[in-house]
Amino acid sequence: MINKIVASAAEAVVDIFDGATIMIGGFGEAGSPIELIHALIDQGAKNLTVISNNTGNGHVGLAALIENLQVKKMICSFPRTAQSVVFPELYFKGMIELELVPQGTLAERIRAGGAGIPAFYTPTTIGTPLEQGKEIREIDGRSYVLEYALRADFALVKCKTADRYGNLIYNKTARNFGPIMCMAAKTSIVQTSSIVEPGGIDPENVITPGIFVKRVIEISHPLSENQLLKENRRYPW
Amino acid sequence: MVNFSQIKGWSHDEIARKIAIDIPDGSYVNLGIGLPELVASNIPEGKEIIFHTENGLLGVGPPPPPGQEDDELINAGKKPVTAIPGACFFHHADSFAMIRGGHIDYCVLGAFQVSESGDLANWSTGEPNAIPAVGGAMDLVAGVPHIFIIMQHTTKTSQPKIVKQCTYPLTGKKVVKTIYTNLAVIDVTPHGLEVREMYPGLDKETLQNLTEAKLNFRPKS
Repeated sequence: MINKIVASAAEAVVDIFDGATIMIGGFGEAGSPIELIHALIDQGAKNLTVISNNTGNGHVGLAALIENLQVKKMICSFPRTAQSVVFPELYFKGMIELELVPQGTLAERIRAGGAGIPAFYTPTTIGTPLEQGKEIREIDGRSYVLEYALRADFALVKCKTADRYGNLIYNKTARNFGPIMCMAAKTSIVQTSSIVEPGGIDPENVITPGIFVKRVIEISHPLSENQLLKENRRYPW
Repeated sequence: MVNFSQIKGWSHDEIARKIAIDIPDGSYVNLGIGLPELVASNIPEGKEIIFHTENGLLGVGPPPPPGQEDDELINAGKKPVTAIPGACFFHHADSFAMIRGGHIDYCVLGAFQVSESGDLANWSTGEPNAIPAVGGAMDLVAGVPHIFIIMQHTTKTSQPKIVKQCTYPLTGKKVVKTIYTNLAVIDVTPHGLEVREMYPGLDKETLQNLTEAKLNFRPKS
């Protein structure tokens, strides 16, 4: 029998090892798997490379993981948001590396990684400082840069509904990087607000097919990052 | 001579309205963060425009009433929005396929500088002590055929923002189609910058003095 449901967030992240590469879903707060990230803080794996669009807010979730000095390198498109206070401090002290990737290139590098495509050409960054060091090729009269696929050891993703096969549906703009990160990681770990029996999700409506998912953990009432920020909370509590 | 530091020109909403008028009915449009967001509230009645936000929504509606915000329904600026009837959600790779694949018709962005050949600088001022952050801007200018810029004509210290060559790091080369400022509407053409419309009462010489790049004036303007 296939049953990808695990009992706790701690169990879901137990084998994340020092030096692992981890994709973390979310665009700002929307889709950020905050309980899984907090479980990873409790677990303590270090020297992580994290691939995520932003660098977290305040002192919870991804920002708390960075503040706990578990991340040696961030690969992201927009590390400088209004509420990102932890990353800038460590960056200016030289305590964390940054690989800046345009958002669409980031998404496509992840998608390619999950689809078995090692690299691709894209027009994004041509004529800008971010093209430096990249192979450039002219195709049909236009210039493109070569970008390499991204893969990860683990992905941490949040969704709305899952079944024991790992079929997923998401909630509104919290979908963002979730589906492609599940594809690009060897072990994708998903927190879901609810679990249904197989067949409880109409096959026509499945967004992430279960084959891309390894573990599912039910977090029925996930914390609101916005609310935690308003209350000025820090993790570990 | 006119004291041009006192010319306010069109309001932000008036500039946004000009852009909204120039975007054809039925277009798919992506709006940048900040000033460009004003275009959405200035669409003339009877015109149907579908707004795209790169974090995975086609059919962005107006902001929700206070108290009805949803942390998981936001725009690229991470502000709460609504979804119109007929909207759809999708993941990031699909969203940027819409952008890079040329499916989004128009994009409205802010700018630090625009050059006379349509080069755009809007992601970094190149200061060594700033953390670089690029987001989706470079993908948008690489993929969307019509890039419109909305901005003040000059900086707060009256320095020109429409320049011969951008001094800030580029977002893209030769990508801007039209610049909408508080003082003028300027098309980027193969023959240089062409002023299509000027703020009433402003004269050509004053506008040129506030612009580093050479302006060409259409007979009508």
